[in-house]
Amino acid sequence: MLKRVHFPSSPLPYLLVAPQLAITLIFFIWPASQAMYQSFLVEDPFGLGSEFVWFENFELLWGDQHYLDAFLRTAVFSVLVAALSMGSALLLAGFAQRVVRGAMFYRTMLIWPYAVAPVLAGALWVFMFNPTLGIFPYFLDFVGIDWNHYLNGGQAMSLVILAAAWKQVAYNFLFYLAAMQSIPNSVIEAAAIDGAGPGRRFWTIIFPLISPTTFFLLVINMVYAFFETFGIIHAVTQGGPGSSTTILVYKVFNDGFVGLDLGGSAAQSVVLMALVIVMTVVQFRYVERKVEY
Amino acid sequence: MIENRPFTSFLSHLILILGVIAIALPIWITFVAATHNELRMNQTPLPLWPGTYLWENLQKTLFGKGLSGSETAPVWMMLLNSLAMAMMISVGKIAISLLSAFAIVYFKFPFRMTCFWMIFITLMLPVEVRILPTFEVVANLGLLNSYWGLSIPLIASATATFMFRQVFLTVPDELLESARIDGAGPMRFFWDILLPLSRTNIAALFVILFIFGWNQYLWPLLITTDTSMTTIVMSIKQMLEAAEQSPQWNIIMTTALLAMVPPIFVVISMQKLFVQGLTETDK
Repeated sequence: MLKRVHFPSSPLPYLLVAPQLAITLIFFIWPASQAMYQSFLVEDPFGLGSEFVWFENFELLWGDQHYLDAFLRTAVFSVLVAALSMGSALLLAGFAQRVVRGAMFYRTMLIWPYAVAPVLAGALWVFMFNPTLGIFPYFLDFVGIDWNHYLNGGQAMSLVILAAAWKQVAYNFLFYLAAMQSIPNSVIEAAAIDGAGPGRRFWTIIFPLISPTTFFLLVINMVYAFFETFGIIHAVTQGGPGSSTTILVYKVFNDGFVGLDLGGSAAQSVVLMALVIVMTVVQFRYVERKVEY
Repeated sequence: MIENRPFTSFLSHLILILGVIAIALPIWITFVAATHNELRMNQTPLPLWPGTYLWENLQKTLFGKGLSGSETAPVWMMLLNSLAMAMMISVGKIAISLLSAFAIVYFKFPFRMTCFWMIFITLMLPVEVRILPTFEVVANLGLLNSYWGLSIPLIASATATFMFRQVFLTVPDELLESARIDGAGPMRFFWDILLPLSRTNIAALFVILFIFGWNQYLWPLLITTDTSMTTIVMSIKQMLEAAEQSPQWNIIMTTALLAMVPPIFVVISMQKLFVQGLTETDK
């Protein structure tokens, strides 16, 4: 933590941490505690006063079928996004790690979607799937699928999942590739001498050895799907049709800024914060002690 | 390569090429859309091969009034706003994290661990979960519609502080000892020894933070109401909304292309730093 050799105590270190602490206090800790406080309040319809109601907002949340649906939807959404993007990244990394010729080219071509903002990814996909003009609905029409994600909730959900997973493949690919390249060659060679083919080597040696990376990516992808996909949802479906793509983070925004239900929105924020804290703790525990064999 | 298996090699290339195509397809379609005129973009099936209107579309998008029927700032202005925001966020984050990591690693002072934990907490509070109260704070400070309001609330960063802490911990103690024998004070040591030593880490972090800053969406959306402050990334959403009345997809997709090019350029041209930054900050 601290250097064995260090500078003597003086006012200087306080000055050094002051900017970061000030920003943390003003823009992180104060708002977060405000959210916590507001989640115990109910504001009257005219915004004139508010009443302290303890856990009523939370009780309302747990009794609210819309919220529970959104919770379930978020779970399905994030599991599917994580599975789709991690699965394809694993497949691509598995093959990319074998390839010698053109390895650099493939890597470059696979990583740049990382730089695309989620909302732009949404815009790109919504353009490709535009019901009247888009390229995919045009071809889907030939096989008898009538695509309209403005009307069909299932299709809207598939579209946001596709867009969210597409953007995240690059990130997962990089981490998988790095993990696979750090496996000592001797292990793989020994397996090859024993007569294990590429597929078998992958499942019995490479895949177990990169399981720490898989676990790490799982947490990161869940956090991504929970929070950063806001832009995609906002651009592609705005939570609709109906509420078929309203995930939790979109609901916080919508109830707070559009519906102006401050107490309810704050209670939802607190639930989300608790979720993030759990995920961070899980991730850090994992960093502390890696999976061992 | 361990054994020679022509079929597996062939399969690897095939899968990778298919993967590259699947990844690149959305961007390719965007690019194609940016090279056709409005008329062509309203006929199905949409083109899959570039046309000849790229230059015209670029001019229209950059210096025109944006979409007809929507009130947006000219796109060159949004690009400047995005650039300013991304630069302020990345430079600000790097500066304050360097300073606080320096204090935490090299000084022993009361409440050192308290400071550390307070910074650590920010890791757990993404802007999405505390939008409403943070918005109120920024509004009370009168920072709406300003570059400061756009960037400062996003500046505090636990990840960057941790990364620099990690880097500083690997710096040999002898360097500090010899610096002190030579009579260097803390700031001199920081400036002349620590900073040069962590140059590549700073560069790698900058690449990641630039992309992070450039791609901010929710926050600028909330705190900018003045069209002259809109960033390019958030303008896409307004354009998509306007597209329902006047589907000028060539202009919308040209804007999307312009919004994507700077961060993609950064990733590709500084690939090594990018990979380093990504793996260092998240682990």
